[in-house]
Formats: sequence, C-alpha cells, structure tokens
Amino acid sequence: MPQLDPNFFGTQLFWLAVSFIVFYVLMSKVALPRIGDVLEMRAEKITGDLDAAAKARDEAKAALAHYEKSLADARAEAQRANREAADAASAASNARLAEVGTRISAEIAAAERRIGEAREAAMSNVRSMAVEVAQAAYGKLVGGQADTARLDALVERALKGDAR
Amino acid sequence: MASPLEQFQIEPLIKLPKIAGIDVSYTNSALWMTIAIGLATLFLVLGMRQRALVPGRWQSMAEISYEFVSTMLSEQVGSAGRPYFPFIFTLFMFILFGNLLGMVPYSFTFTSHIIVTFGLAFTVFLGVTIIAFAKHGVHFLSFFVPKGVPVVMLFLMVPIEILSYLTRPVSLSIRLFANMMAGHTMLKVFAGFIIGLGIWGGWAPLALNVVLTGFEILVCFLQAYVFAVLTCIYLNDAIHLHH
Repeated sequence: MPQLDPNFFGTQLFWLAVSFIVFYVLMSKVALPRIGDVLEMRAEKITGDLDAAAKARDEAKAALAHYEKSLADARAEAQRANREAADAASAASNARLAEVGTRISAEIAAAERRIGEAREAAMSNVRSMAVEVAQAAYGKLVGGQADTARLDALVERALKGDAR
Repeated sequence: MASPLEQFQIEPLIKLPKIAGIDVSYTNSALWMTIAIGLATLFLVLGMRQRALVPGRWQSMAEISYEFVSTMLSEQVGSAGRPYFPFIFTLFMFILFGNLLGMVPYSFTFTSHIIVTFGLAFTVFLGVTIIAFAKHGVHFLSFFVPKGVPVVMLFLMVPIEILSYLTRPVSLSIRLFANMMAGHTMLKVFAGFIIGLGIWGGWAPLALNVVLTGFEILVCFLQAYVFAVLTCIYLNDAIHLHH
C-alpha cells in the first residue's frame, strides 16, 4: 500500500503544512471577509427595510386616525348645522302658521258677526211683515182692526216656533 | 492490468533539496493540494466578485458554504467558537475540495493518504488541547474525571477517558483516510471488471460504477462534514468542558 511508505511522509506533511497555511491565509484574509461583508450588508439592508416599513406603517396608521377624526368632526359639524337649520325652519313655519291662524280666526269671527247682523235684520223684517200680513188677514176675515199689541205678541210667539 | 492501489502512488514531480534531512520534493500529492486550494479560493473569490444584494447561483454557492460552516460551528460551540471559524472553514473546504478533486479521472486524492489525514487530525488535536489548557489551565484535567461516578470506579474510568481522548486524532484521521481509500479502490476494482468482462458482460459493473460514483460524491461531502463537525465537537469540549 503506497500510503504506508514512510519515504514520502516528510514531503507530504511539508506540503500539507504549506498548502494549509497558504489556504488559511487566503480564506481568513481574502475570501471570508468578502462573504461576511456581503452577508452583513444584506442583513443590515433587510433590517433597515423592515424598520422603514414599520415606520411607514405607523405613519399610515397615524394618517388614518387623523383622517377618521376629521371625518367624524365634519360629520358632527354637518349634523349640528343641519339640526340648526331644521330648527330655524320649523320655528319660522310655526310662527307663520300661528299668524295665519289668528288672521283666519279674526276673519271667521267677523264673518260670523256679519251673518248674525244679517239674520237679526232679516228676522225683524219678517216680524214686521208678519204683523202686517196678520193685520190684513184679520181685516179680511173678521173685519175691523185687530189689537196691534196682541198681534205683536202672537207673532213673537210664532217666530219662536211656538205657533198654534 | 494496473493494480487498484496504483492510483495512490506518490510520484515526485520536482526534485527539491532536502531540508533538515527530509525530502520535500514537490509530488503529485502536493500538486493536487495546490490545485485544491487554488480552485477553492477562485470558487469563493470569483463567486463573490459582484457582491450582489440578491445573489446569483455562483454567489449563492459561495454564501451557502460560508453559512453551512458558520451554522455548524455556532450549533456545536456557540458564540465562543467564533474566533476559530476561519480555521474550521479552511479545514472543511480543504478536505471537501481534496475529496471532490479525487473524483476527477486521473487525478490524485491526497485525502486518501493516512499521513495527510493524520497531519490534519493531529493539528486539530494539538490545537484543541492547547486551547483547553489556555482557557482552563490545570482545571482542564477534570474533563477526564466523569461526574457522579463512585471513587472506586474512577481508577477504571479515568484511564479510559484519557485513552479515548488520545485516540481522537487516530479515529479522526483513519475515518477519512479509510473512507476515501476504500471508495476509490472499489471504483477501480469495478472499473477493472468492466475491461475484464468485455463488451458483453462489462455493462453490469459499468452501471454499478455509475451508481458508486454518485455514492462516492456523497461520501466526499459527508466525510468533509464529519471531519469538520467532530473538530467543532472537540473544540466545544475544550471551551466548555462539557462531558
């Protein structure tokens, strides 16, 4: 077995030591720092991006909260203005309604009064005419003059719905 | 026909003068170590050349290698293991590339040599023991005394604990070496059958070799991972003295 030939142990160990030391220097001074730097750079970039994303998210949340607050404020303001306008409108219409109501009742009262007066006038005309008709009918039927006072009383009674 | 073990033969490519009586000729083993570290460095450095925030496929592979070892280390050792990350990463990539390059036809698998894997494992063992003594001083020796064991049993347990600690580099190196050597020998043996059985019978070992090649690639990853994860576990023992 060539592996057990001690003649070559010296050269193999010598070149193993040389190669390994050279390789160690190449790795620790050249290759590994490059890889380490890139990995570190990537880790930093990822952490930085995550932080930026978290910050942006917080900002967006704050903006949303602000927006919702303004929206609520605007809504409350609108409701208040709406209610005030409605109140004012109903007060105005109530006042106008009341005014119209009074005017109408005044007109109704005046009309009722006029109707009463007209009825009074009509009734007194009817009475005097009834007395004259009764006088004339008495003259024709009985002859002579009837007692005016008595006729008056009878007509009065008849007008009151008590005729007989 | 070539022996299945011929692929493990060391061949000096450049003769170099001896240093302190040791032959340090540049061999095919050394050549493939050079290729492995060169390719691994190019794989990582060229993969990361765009330094893209959203990685492409190549950059993803480089990053996955990094994060794979990084996760393994932090799972086994925690944050205290961070300073040793470059070493664990170098170890993992060195073994992984050595294993994978061995799958290239006509290449040489330096991780199939016990002296190479033992060199790595012994370095780990030595380093971990030094870290343990540096961190805990003499208190580290309590690592060999299991808790809640009757005093009489300690005469038996302490030697066993010390022995199991000392065999760590042996088991660590033999595991990798044996896996790589067995796999490559098996591939070679079945490849020999293909030639031996000829155009009519050779298809069965060829099909088997295709399956085995896939399996061997899995073993390449797995053994590199096992070596690295065991190193992490030993490191954790040294740093935290858990038992």
